[in-house]
Order: sequence, then structure tokens, then C-alpha cells
Amino acid sequence: MKPVRTFLRTAAVVLGLWLQLGAAHAAIDPALLKPLTGDDSDARIAAVDRIAALGTDDARRVLEAMDNDALYATPSGTVLVVDGTQAWNPATGKTGPVPDDADGVIVNNRIRGEVETALAGLQLFSRDRGVRLSAAQNLLQNADPSQMPTIEKALAAEQDQDIKAILKQVVAVAHLSSPDAAVRRAAVAALADTTDASLTPTLQRMLAKNPDGSYVEPDAGVRAEAVRTLAALQRHQSLVDLTGKLFYGISLGSVLLLAALGLAITFGLMGIINMAHGEMLMIGAYTTYVCQLFFRKFFPGAIDAYLVAALPAAFLVTAAVGIALERLVIRWLYGRPLETLLCTWGISLILMQAVRTIFGAQNVEVANPSWMSGGVTVLGSLVLSYNRIVIVVFSLCVVAAVWLLLNKTRLGLFVRAVTQNRRMADCVGVPTGRIDMLTFGLGCGIAGLGGVALSQLGNVGPDLGQGYIVDSFMVVVLGGVGQLAGTVIAALGLGEVNKFLEPYAGAVLAKIAILVFIIIFIQKRPQGLFALKGRSVE
Amino acid sequence: MSSRRTILKATALGAFSMSGMSWLPSAFAGETIKVGVLHSLSGTMAISETSLKDVALMTFADINAHGGVMGKMIEPVVVDPASNWPLFAEKARQLLAQDKVAVVFGCWTSVSRKSVLPVFKELNGLLFYPVQYEGEELEHNVFYTGAAPNQQAIPAVEYLMSKDGGNVKRFVLLGTDYVYPRTTNKILRAFLHSKGVKDSDIEETYTPFGYSDYQSIVANIKQFANGGKTAVISTINGDSNVPFYKELGNAGVKATDIPVMAFSVGEEELRGVDTRPLVGHLAAWNYFESVKNPVNAAFIKEWKAYAKAQKLPNADTVVTNDPMEATYVGIHMWKQAVEKAHSTATDKVIAAMAGQTFKAPDGYTLEMDKTNHHLHKPVMIGEIRADGQFNIVYKTKGTIRAQPWSPYIPGNEGKQNI
Repeated sequence: MKPVRTFLRTAAVVLGLWLQLGAAHAAIDPALLKPLTGDDSDARIAAVDRIAALGTDDARRVLEAMDNDALYATPSGTVLVVDGTQAWNPATGKTGPVPDDADGVIVNNRIRGEVETALAGLQLFSRDRGVRLSAAQNLLQNADPSQMPTIEKALAAEQDQDIKAILKQVVAVAHLSSPDAAVRRAAVAALADTTDASLTPTLQRMLAKNPDGSYVEPDAGVRAEAVRTLAALQRHQSLVDLTGKLFYGISLGSVLLLAALGLAITFGLMGIINMAHGEMLMIGAYTTYVCQLFFRKFFPGAIDAYLVAALPAAFLVTAAVGIALERLVIRWLYGRPLETLLCTWGISLILMQAVRTIFGAQNVEVANPSWMSGGVTVLGSLVLSYNRIVIVVFSLCVVAAVWLLLNKTRLGLFVRAVTQNRRMADCVGVPTGRIDMLTFGLGCGIAGLGGVALSQLGNVGPDLGQGYIVDSFMVVVLGGVGQLAGTVIAALGLGEVNKFLEPYAGAVLAKIAILVFIIIFIQKRPQGLFALKGRSVE
Repeated sequence: MSSRRTILKATALGAFSMSGMSWLPSAFAGETIKVGVLHSLSGTMAISETSLKDVALMTFADINAHGGVMGKMIEPVVVDPASNWPLFAEKARQLLAQDKVAVVFGCWTSVSRKSVLPVFKELNGLLFYPVQYEGEELEHNVFYTGAAPNQQAIPAVEYLMSKDGGNVKRFVLLGTDYVYPRTTNKILRAFLHSKGVKDSDIEETYTPFGYSDYQSIVANIKQFANGGKTAVISTINGDSNVPFYKELGNAGVKATDIPVMAFSVGEEELRGVDTRPLVGHLAAWNYFESVKNPVNAAFIKEWKAYAKAQKLPNADTVVTNDPMEATYVGIHMWKQAVEKAHSTATDKVIAAMAGQTFKAPDGYTLEMDKTNHHLHKPVMIGEIRADGQFNIVYKTKGTIRAQPWSPYIPGNEGKQNI
């Protein structure tokens, strides 16, 4: 059919030069389009359904425009599909410039939902597998009884196994309310390995009793099937829950780890109580923002790569800030922890206000690159978001890199030497001052990398660091000052404990419980999980 | 040595510019009226309050350009309470006792308002408070130009329960853990009960300030939504909103499935945000920048021109929002009341405020209630667009009178007026 129609359309356009027959192919009746722009939602939805029922390409185009906010209307009631500067009039089939008085048609959530369901019915016949798949998934949630004939037709024509399975489920769900007990029973059985938890209430309702003691579902065979399906569904659901919690815990742990790793070096190895650590995260995040601006301006085509470029940039910028800090302020305060604490706290305030002055008090926009948006669905209903997965992997890479740096390089050797015995290291010719400077710079640089990761999860604003400073200290102290492995285990452990507590206690109590746990733990074991003899211990 | 001197110099310069406004010689000859602006310009609340300070200064400049108040120029005194609640009280005292301002426009958070109340009562000052809040308060010395709960929260829930809102049956009340969300949710729960919604269909969840890990909460919301059409009523404060919406988007939750109705997300908050995951979610306010009427067009134009002229940060992307409009309306109403009373004396102005009307940018003529110090306001519900503006999907026909003492909280009967 399609090539024929395309040919006809081309022919019609050519003919239209002589004959005013440009709309010879399936144009849409203006009377059908007009209610789309009105105020009455019921009339608009009725019009959407009627247009969808036309089943033509033009109908699909109008509905797609409605879904994407590309449907415009003029005060005189002409409906237009706008694409850039061109407007296509579905009533006449003509394309022309957008009239000045055309205004966007406002589509609210209710109508958008209806449009998407109606579109899904049309898209079931698309040639693109992805379009068909998402259409089928949409119908699984929202199918309308009037769409059943279309769905059954699509099911008969469908070749792809995955889509077929979903459509079968759509049909089965619709059959759950069939008057014929045999059909209902087959439907419940067909849903035996469903992973769609939204069916639980429907199945539970079948098993419920009416006020007079009889079952809502009169047929015992159907009830037995329903019990079996429900049990399978619940087993699956608890597996999803457990996997979800594990992943959320690892993900929170990796965020804590990235936030705390820099501090594990500056506070853990060097013993500097650096209250400006959070601001290093913030500077890293702002560097990401600047990178994004830079890419937007100069390489708009490669915008998704900005994040990769932001990594070295953030590391270098924060390391430079850290080195400047160490040279100008901190090095005069070695061995005076109280003064260091106050001084770095003051510096954190200065840095925040400086950023506020340069970039404004408002948060700045850092968008996820497209490869980090969305997520992968596992086990049927659990969505693991890409940005979280990337951050877990990234944190492991950073830990590995830091471990290699500290244990396999000359700089790492010097760092460990200075940490363990400064005077002896000095005697054998290690330039301790320079090593201090580089180590502090390294710690800050890693915090900068953490900032890049944090910019992908939350806000980038002057106060970004404040939310992480307490958590960072918590992780480092719990892990044992001066130990990388301790930091890793403490971060992941805190993440898991937090996520397993949260569903029972709520986010606020979970946080309090964790603090109490750490207080008790530190009482019993002041050196943390792991302890290393170093300068901080002396 | 030189580095230390530079730091000293910088500090001195900073101190100079911080306190600058209050003792610089007045730019105008002749008699002036001093007015105070009490908004945080640094600290966590600077993100929201800075623009209110700027709008206030713009409005003063505009009034001055049109002949001032009773022929006298307005002389603004700007102080920075730095998001520090006790400092709010200190700065309020400084404004009233030392600078002898006729009126103060300021505060954002309820805790800052509560902190300055004793000062205003003791020194009989006058405060205009421009932000939507939880109600449960009525002070002789304060005019509230933001919304009370019945002018925002309750109509929003009614909309969700309507056909166009999606016939929502189950509600997740999600908020940051402090007084505004707790009180609002208490009112909403009582309201939902009165509409026949059972406790099993209401889930109340709170998160700490600055919370950013919404994975479990989003998973919970998805599970809760399996039981029927669900909406989230969000009283999440400020910075936590972005991580929440991002998580929702990444988890595949669409606004058509589970809409989120937010009470603290406006144009200003959406400025620093990647709006893709938010599109279609809802917000309830009394004003949106996208309202179409001549008064609003003039207001937006004036604000954009002012931002450009004053070289505010990111001046090319400035937006207007609900609290800014409330500040603007408050200042104009105060001017009208002063002119009606022929005096700036607190008690005379308070008496003259009753029944003042002003044609506001929201397209309605707003009236100050004769007895309860709150504005009669329209309620609007908007859906977030990709450009950070709102599609207005619902508007009340007229304005609604505020009920600062919510009838849904027991013990409030008979506490209706001053």
C-alpha cells in the first residue's frame, strides 16, 4: 500500500499545479481538527480518538505533532503542524510559512496520555521495530478496550517474538474481564510469567470476597490460576526489590567514595583537616559546567564528549587551586590542627562567595550527555539508570588509579615515605615540602574528579560541597584514617546500610541511625576499620 | 608581606561594599522615605532571595521615576542577613531602630520570618512578606503577599482529583523535613480525608535538607503507583528538586503516568536546570511568567531592561516568578496605602492597607483583605515546558480569599481575623 500512496501523493502534488487538487489524498476534515484546539478536554479527546481511527499517515503526523508540542492554531481556527519555520496544514495538505498569529496548542497531561495511547495503536504497524516495541509497551499500561481489534490485528501480523509476547499480554489483560470463564482462565494462565507488578491489584481483586461471602471471581479454576500467578508475581517482586536495594546501595556508596577519596588523601594521609574539601568538589563541578559551555560554543557537534574533556580539566583546575592553597595557607599551619580547621573553613566560605560572585547565586545547568540519560531495564521492571552505572564504574577506575599511583610510582613511594616518617625521608633526600604540595594537589584533584561525577547527579551551585563535607569525613574516619581500602569499604558499606534502612525508617531516620552507628563504632574502635601507622597517628 | 596586604585590602573592600548601601549619602536632594530590604544575598538562600532584592530595587526606582511617594523619593536600605536566621533579627533591628525605615520588604523562609517577628512587634515596624507559606500565623505588623495554603496547596490537589488532572486516587506527599512541608501535608491529609481518600492511599515521606539520593524513594513511588492512579505532591525544597526529577526521568517515570505537583518549583528554580526530565510535571502558583496580559508584559519588559541595565549575573536569561510578583504588588500597595494615609506611620499605613486594590501582573485586580492581612489571589496550575516556562492548564475564575488559619487543622475555629 505504502509505495502506492507515496506515488499517488507525488502525482497529486504535480497535478495540483494545474488542478487545485493538492488535497486529493487523505486530507483531514477541518471539522475533525477544530475541537483539538478548544478548551473542552472531553471534546478534544473524542477528536483525538476519531483522528486516530482514520489510521492514515496524516492522522499520525497530527497526533505526533500534538505529542511534541508542534501543533499550532490560528485565531480563525486553522490547525497547523509546525516544523521549524514551515507549517503544514492537515486540512488542505499544503505547506507554507508559519503565520504570525499562530500560537502553540496547549496539551495537558491527560490529553497527552490519550494522544500517546492512540498513537501507540497506529505505531503498532510501523516498520521500525523500536517504534513497535515502545508502542506495545505503552499499550500494556494504557490500552483502551476500543483498541482491541487493532491490537489483535497487529498481533496476527507481528513477526518479532518480543513484541508478540508483549501484545499477547495486552490481550490477556483485556481478557481478564471477559464474561467467559474459560477465556478468563486462559488469560490468567497466559500472564503466569508476567513481571508487570501493576497487575497485582487486579489479581488480588479476583481473589477478594464480596460482602455476601461469595468470591468476586466465581470460577474456582480461574481463582487457582490467579493464586499461582500472584505468587509468581510476588516472588519476582521481592527479587526486584532486593536487587534494587543492592544496586542503590552500591550507587550511593560510589558517590560517597568519590566525594571522600580526595579527603582520604589530604586528611587520611597528610592529616590536614580540610574543611574546604567540599568546595574542591564544587570547583570540579563548575569546571564541568565551563567545559560544557565551551563545547556548546565551539564544538556543538561533539557536545556529548564534553564530559570526557571535563575530567582532565577538573583535575588540573582543582589540583592547581589545592596547590595554591597549600603553598599560601596550609603549609604555615602544619601541626596545628585547630588553626587549620578554622582557616580552611574560612577558605571554604571565601571560595563559595567567589563562585557566587562570578557565576551568580543561581544553580547552573549541567545536562547529562545523551549517553548518560535513561536507563536499562532488568528483571522486567527494575530500571538501573545509566548515569548511576557510569558513576559506579568511574569510581572504581579512580580508586584503581589512585592505588596504582600510591603503590607503583616514585611519587607514591615518596608520599608513603613522608607519611610514615617525615624526618627520615627528609634525611635521605626526599623533598618533603614539594611532596606535601603535590600530595595535597593530588587529593584536591581527585575531589575535582568527584565534582565532575556529582555534577551529573544533582545541582551545580555554590553550596554543592556543603552537602558532602560531613559525609566525606564520616567515610574517612570510619574507614580508618590513612587507608584507601578502608575508605572504599566504608563508603560502600555506608551506602548499603543506608539503602537497606531507608525503606523501613525513612530517609531522615536512616541518616540519624547511621550517625549514631558511627559514633558507637568510633567509641569502640577509634582507629576505624583499618589502621595504619603514619604521621596522623603520631 | 604583599600577599597579606592584598588580603587586608580585599577584606576592607568587601566590608565596604557589604555595608555600603546603608551609609552612602543619598543620591537625591530633599526629603526621602527610607525603606528596608531584608533578603539574603549570600548563603544558601541567596539563590532565591537575590532576585527579590533586585525586583524591590527596580520597583523603587520605577516609583521614584514617577514622582516618588507623596512627592518624596524612596531611599532603599539593603542589608544582607546571609541566610542566617538570628542575623535576620539583628538586621531587622538595625533597619528599624538605627535606619528608622518606614517599612521592610523581606524574608523568604518561615524560620526567618519567625525570627524577625518579635523585633517588628517590639519596635512596631511593618513587614511585607512575599512568599507562599504554611499559614497558621496572623500578625498585626505583617502583610502577607504570598499564598496561604488554601490559595495554593488545596486547589492543586483538587485539580489532580479532577478529570483533567487525571482522576488521581493515591497521593505521595513528599517533602523536605521542616515546618512548611510538615504543616502543609498535615492540612492536605485532613483535606484528603474529607474527600474520602483513605490513609492507605496516602504515603508521607520526608528527606533531610540537601538530600540528593532519591533512588529508593523513586522505586517506592513506582511501587505505590501500582495500586492505582498516583500523583506526587512535592514540597521538596530548593536544591533537592533537581536530583529528584533526574531520578524520576532516568527511572522511566513519565508525567503522564505519575505527575508531580510541586509547590516550590518556579521559573527561577528552573533556570539552572536541565529541564528535559521535568517536562509535563506540574506546579501550582498564583502567577506564572507565561501569563498573557498587558500588565504582565510591561512587568517582564521592565524587569529584563532593569537586569540588563544593572548588569545582573546572567542578565540575558532573567525570568520573573511568583514571589517576585508578590514583592512588586506589595511595594505598590504600600505606596498606595501611604498616599491614602498621608503618612508613613506604621499604624496609619496598616489601617489604610485594608481593602487596597492593585492591578497585578497575574491579570487580576488583587485586593488586600480588610481584616486578615492577606491578598485575595487567583490560583494557577502550570505544566513545565522544555524552555523552563509553564503551560497554564488551569486557572481559578476569580480570586480566592486567604485562610491563614486552615479549617483542616483542629483548634483553628474562631481564629479567623486579627
